[in-house]
Amino acid sequence: MRFLPLVWHSLMRRKVRTIFTALSIVVALVLFAGLMAIRTAFARGVDLFGADRLVVTHSVSLQQPLPLAYRTRLATTPGIREVTHRVWFRGIYQDPANRFPQLAVDSDTWFAMYPEWVVPSDQLTTWQADRTGAIVGRALMDRFGWKVGDRIPMQSALYAKPDGSAWEFTIDGVYDIAKERAGRGQANLFFFHYGYFNQARTLDRDFTEVYTVRVADPTRAVEVAERIDAQFANSPFETTTSTENAFLQSLADQVGDVGAIVIAIAATVIFTVLLVCGNMMAQSIRERTGQIAVLKTLGFTDARVLGLVLLESSLLAVIPGAAGLGGAWLVIQQGDPTGGLLPAFYLPTRDLVLGGLLSGALGLAAGVLPAWQASRLQIVDALRRQD
Amino acid sequence: MQQSLVLILAITSVNLRSMPQRLGSSAVAVIGIAGVVIVFVAVLSMAQGFRTVMASTGDPRTAIALRAGTSSETSSILSREAVQVIKDAPGILRGPEGPLASGELLVVVRHAKTSTGKTANLAMRGVERAAFDLRDEVRIVEGRRFETGRAEIMVGRAAARQFRGLEVGRSVRWGGNDWHIVGMFEAEGALAESEVWSDVDVLQPIYRRGNLVNAVHVRLESPGSIGVFREALAADPRVDVTVVGTADYYAQQSVTLTRLISTVGVGIAVLMGIGATFGAVNTMYSAVASRTREIATLRALGFGAVPVVISVLAESAMLALVGGILGGAAAWLIFDGYQTSTLNFQSFSQVAFAFAVTPSLLFQGLLGALLMAIAGGLLPGWRAARLPIVTALRDV
Repeated sequence: MRFLPLVWHSLMRRKVRTIFTALSIVVALVLFAGLMAIRTAFARGVDLFGADRLVVTHSVSLQQPLPLAYRTRLATTPGIREVTHRVWFRGIYQDPANRFPQLAVDSDTWFAMYPEWVVPSDQLTTWQADRTGAIVGRALMDRFGWKVGDRIPMQSALYAKPDGSAWEFTIDGVYDIAKERAGRGQANLFFFHYGYFNQARTLDRDFTEVYTVRVADPTRAVEVAERIDAQFANSPFETTTSTENAFLQSLADQVGDVGAIVIAIAATVIFTVLLVCGNMMAQSIRERTGQIAVLKTLGFTDARVLGLVLLESSLLAVIPGAAGLGGAWLVIQQGDPTGGLLPAFYLPTRDLVLGGLLSGALGLAAGVLPAWQASRLQIVDALRRQD
Repeated sequence: MQQSLVLILAITSVNLRSMPQRLGSSAVAVIGIAGVVIVFVAVLSMAQGFRTVMASTGDPRTAIALRAGTSSETSSILSREAVQVIKDAPGILRGPEGPLASGELLVVVRHAKTSTGKTANLAMRGVERAAFDLRDEVRIVEGRRFETGRAEIMVGRAAARQFRGLEVGRSVRWGGNDWHIVGMFEAEGALAESEVWSDVDVLQPIYRRGNLVNAVHVRLESPGSIGVFREALAADPRVDVTVVGTADYYAQQSVTLTRLISTVGVGIAVLMGIGATFGAVNTMYSAVASRTREIATLRALGFGAVPVVISVLAESAMLALVGGILGGAAAWLIFDGYQTSTLNFQSFSQVAFAFAVTPSLLFQGLLGALLMAIAGGLLPGWRAARLPIVTALRDV
């Protein structure tokens, strides 16, 4: 530690070069953080909110309907505590380009099943009494400038009303993402009553799309899932049940192997910056052979010289690396830059730590060869050399 | 004027010839720039490949009629009566068997992918016989067309590649129904190749769609007839449809994903470019540092600042050129034509595409490399030009 001023001085010998190398490391770690956030957006980890929920869909496809009658049968299946269901409305608000998910949900049970969507209790009560009411996510309210009490008309080609008129909803409440999940939830959803929806539509009446159930014991979730599917096997509407995490993961998987692409890019970036760093260290040491020789004359051992050079390269990498990671984390906290396109956008602590370790490893790798050369320097040769 | 040009060329040539002395750090700059170009070209070739699939699906002689107010087939619904009205409208090419129009129903089935073994969404399109005639690009490469009224399907070539067990002669079981695979078709890399086709009349009852379809695909008499077709339907009170050219339709379908990939790709490339520029700056600084006495001598001889700066920029540009060409070549060798697939957000099914490393992308990569070179060489060049001659000559 007492050699820090010496190391610092060595780094600052050529200020411009050090600053530029440091800047390229900052950029590399910012990129790393961004890439990790993108990877996280497409890979859903285990979430404490979804741990005890199962998703029940038609076995052929997500969009095939399931009978409403399944609700009672699911509720009486052993191992299941709660049941809810929803239909994806596919409505259009003003312009087909204004795309956001609207869901017709089972109003009595929906928000109990999804505690991560927090609705003020008075708004919830109003909504449950209002058949044409809607609960809307905060991000959606901001996007269109809606206020509680607004009447929102929507058209749907799929679920057209017999008289062709628009579906009208009143915004009764706004939901926010629970604190524990801050930054990771979807705040752009539009929920309304399944009852209103079912009564006024003509297509697929008394059918729903997806059931969500809560199991009594999360450790036996797979067993319950199999029990549900066995119950409906060989019926006209066969089901496929999976844990919520598996379900979301399979959707993410279909986008593609985003994880692999991201890692490939990150590896290229790290490799490139490693070269830059290593080159700088090598240059620096080459210029300072005289200096190193003097140090050795003064009594610094080979091992100590090795340590000093490694310390120098580590500092060079770790300080800008930490700055880059910190800056990126702050920016990522601001939220999804694509405005709701990505399912989640945050930087897990695990990746932050990984980034830190990476910068450290980068520093060591960049310095290892020059450090070895410096430690092996013969004083006589060095002092004689004109560099 | 001519003399200064001669001076510039003289210094630049001396500079470039001394480059082999700085091979190590030059190599670093070259590799840094090559890395940026590879990533830039690779990511954008993904977007380009996806866009190509969507664009090649758009024949200007075909159009799609959808329910008014909808922007994609899956959210549109047309009744049998509406389909008949659409088929009777003017502007559609008529063949010996009637108008070249096909009312089509798009559903999604879950099937295991060959690459991961996990289930993914496969698009199944119920079509009428005219579907093959109205689409010029569709060609049967194996087997035969399905027979109307039977549970037979034809698989697109890309779908057969991406999903397990979709071979001619085999059967698949979806939702308790057996489908016999009787043929395979290709469509010049268009979206249809990622689909599986069957008889719409057989598909409708199985998927509880009554006699509803999503859209009507038509072959126009000529690309210009779309106006006639559109107006006739707009004026008809029996239907409420919107007509869109197939090319426009698919271009619009791909917008979200292409925009997402392009934004991310450009963002990453810009950041990497900044990092590589810093690396280039370092290299140029060390290049200038190793030539300090040489530059001072030149300046003492009377060469002005401008030739010196230009010589530094020239060296930097040379490095960038080599890096850009290397990176572009590597990206082309590794990524061009690489087959993959992703989720089409509109139909929620898999669409296969190939990375497309186009000359335009390679050119953009080179341009970016040159930009990095100029940015990287400016500061060091400036520094070299303003070197105090006396101190420089004294420098060891």
